Amino acid sequence: MAKAAQLKVSDEVAISIQQMNKWYGTFHVLRDIDLTVYQGERIVICGPSGSGKSTLIRCINALEEHQKGSIEVDGTLLSSDLKNIDKIRSEVGMCFQHFNLFPHLTILENCTLAPIWVRKTPKKEAEETAMHFLEKVKIPDQANKYPGQLSGGQQQRVAIARSLCMRPRIMLFDEPTSALDPEMIKEVLDTMIELAEEGMTMLCVTHEMGFARQVANRVIFMDEGQIVEQNEPEEFFNNPQSPRTQLFLSQILGH
Amino acid sequence: MSDTHSESVRFVRETSLPPAEPPVAERGIYKWGRENLFATPANGALTIVALYVIYLVLSGTLPWLFNGLWTTNSLSECREVLDGRTGGCFSVLTERWNQLIFGFKYPPDQYWRPMLAFVMMLLAVAPVLFFDLPRKMLIITALFPFTAYWLIWGGTILVPLVALLGVVVGYIVYSRLVTQNFALGFFGGVAAAIVFWVFGGWIVDSIGVANPMLEAVPSRDMGGFMLNMMLGVTCVSLSLPIGIALALGRQSSMPLIKWMSVIFIEFIRGVPLITLLFVANVMLAYFFPPGSGVDLFLRVVIMITMFSAAYIAEVIRGGLAALPKGQYEAADSLGLDYAQAMRLIILPQALKISIPGIVNIAVGLFKDTTLVSVISMFDLIGMIRGPILASTEWNGVYWELFGFAAALFFVVCYGISQYSQWLERRLATDHR
Repeated sequence: MAKAAQLKVSDEVAISIQQMNKWYGTFHVLRDIDLTVYQGERIVICGPSGSGKSTLIRCINALEEHQKGSIEVDGTLLSSDLKNIDKIRSEVGMCFQHFNLFPHLTILENCTLAPIWVRKTPKKEAEETAMHFLEKVKIPDQANKYPGQLSGGQQQRVAIARSLCMRPRIMLFDEPTSALDPEMIKEVLDTMIELAEEGMTMLCVTHEMGFARQVANRVIFMDEGQIVEQNEPEEFFNNPQSPRTQLFLSQILGH
Repeated sequence: MSDTHSESVRFVRETSLPPAEPPVAERGIYKWGRENLFATPANGALTIVALYVIYLVLSGTLPWLFNGLWTTNSLSECREVLDGRTGGCFSVLTERWNQLIFGFKYPPDQYWRPMLAFVMMLLAVAPVLFFDLPRKMLIITALFPFTAYWLIWGGTILVPLVALLGVVVGYIVYSRLVTQNFALGFFGGVAAAIVFWVFGGWIVDSIGVANPMLEAVPSRDMGGFMLNMMLGVTCVSLSLPIGIALALGRQSSMPLIKWMSVIFIEFIRGVPLITLLFVANVMLAYFFPPGSGVDLFLRVVIMITMFSAAYIAEVIRGGLAALPKGQYEAADSLGLDYAQAMRLIILPQALKISIPGIVNIAVGLFKDTTLVSVISMFDLIGMIRGPILASTEWNGVYWELFGFAAALFFVVCYGISQYSQWLERRLATDHR
């Protein structure tokens, strides 16, 4: 796979997080997070487990509530207002570690459900869009099967297609390849790389450092609920500044 | 070169052996019998004992069934005709057939009305149970409660019309308000319907039609298996939606709704059904405004429905708990609102998991409708224990009557059970 075309990153702000804090009970999970994501950016977030990286991106589409600070997505301030939350969620696609396809619906129905009910798209049009994206992730022939009949890699690609059917402006990936066999990781990463090349704004929590090098224009390292370091991938991998990052990189790249 | 070159190491097969039948002892009934009935000596002994027990049971019951009399007019006449032979006096069933099915007070010339309602029920239930049927049939289902009520109770047609319009008004209010908030829409709709019913009922009472198209039959004249069916169908179909609402209410993030659901479920589950029925019979009248005279049938329906709704709510809560959290998150992340997520994603899966439990409660509820016989309602069991066994003609016919009651209930309950198993197979999409 060729290196992703270096798209010009725009000045348009997609996500703006300011002084965001989150607690689970008394446990301080996220501490003073400041992050601005520009439209078209591809950001990889890495860090040891428990560092709050999944929680961070789950706060962006309000799957988790934050207690302090502000998150603004595409100009909409995230508050406890359900209308705002639903609006943001329909603009932000998300892929989960365990795919979370709806097992009682066919692949096609999985992809058309949200456009039909949230966007009020006519059924026929929604199905055409769904087939378009299923072709894009290279599984149009599985459209009438159920998720349980597909391999993990195929399921994750369907999950990506399902999100894309909502025509999101931002995609969040929460460890999309962690539950997959090595062979399947590649097919999912290829799909994500293709998406990146088309200029989708992406935030990926992942341990795939090869992917990070290839497509990311920024890598963020988190530890203990804080952003410890962020940099361009070349610099980040070749010349990490903080000792914590150096230790982490030596551990995951060491073998 | 021959095919059987066993002594040589090199070997090439040149002709293929045709497939042969297995030996006699390894096929057909011999094989089946040996493997299933006489696999070990102990197994064989058990088979023989079992056969003997089957023989004992059949030799007792078959003559009783086949020598049975169907046309005599009383137990003493039946015994005379039998003259000491074994045989059942099934003539109690034929002679008291109408009483067993309709009770002893329903006007005989109006029997066609509950019968017609029964046939309509089959039509109304079909599209709900078998969703491959055309969806337009659901119109019959929607209109059924009102027509069936009018058919069975008779009286002025204004009552079911007001009831129907109340539902329509409730739905309109719900669909207006639900765009803001699901709970607001739900309770707003219910409140609007109740207000409409109260005013509608008041107007119907004040108009008072003198000569209704169908003769009015009061609830206390209902009886027999008809009463069991009426209670069973009404209570199951009411308690399922209420149970779903309670299960969702118990999971709600709004403390008021959550605690109301919890208290309701825990209280109702902690009280025996028979107690609730006595409450319905005697005490519930105190809670309604004096003179409102809420019908005994309605009071019993309320109690049985509350009882089974609490159980169904707990079964569905089990189904909800069995769903991975990811399903909720995936539905949320796509921007579905609460009502959509529940209706399209969560409930279809949770209900599928809960089918065995729900059916268990539905079957139990249907059989529990016979408990109304203790509060002097003449359902099938009430009829048997009361008017029939107390009559001079049929005093002492136990086996035939209770056997018949058991058979009727068995047919319905077994049908429900078979349907649920079909449904589970039909809905299986997990390909395990």
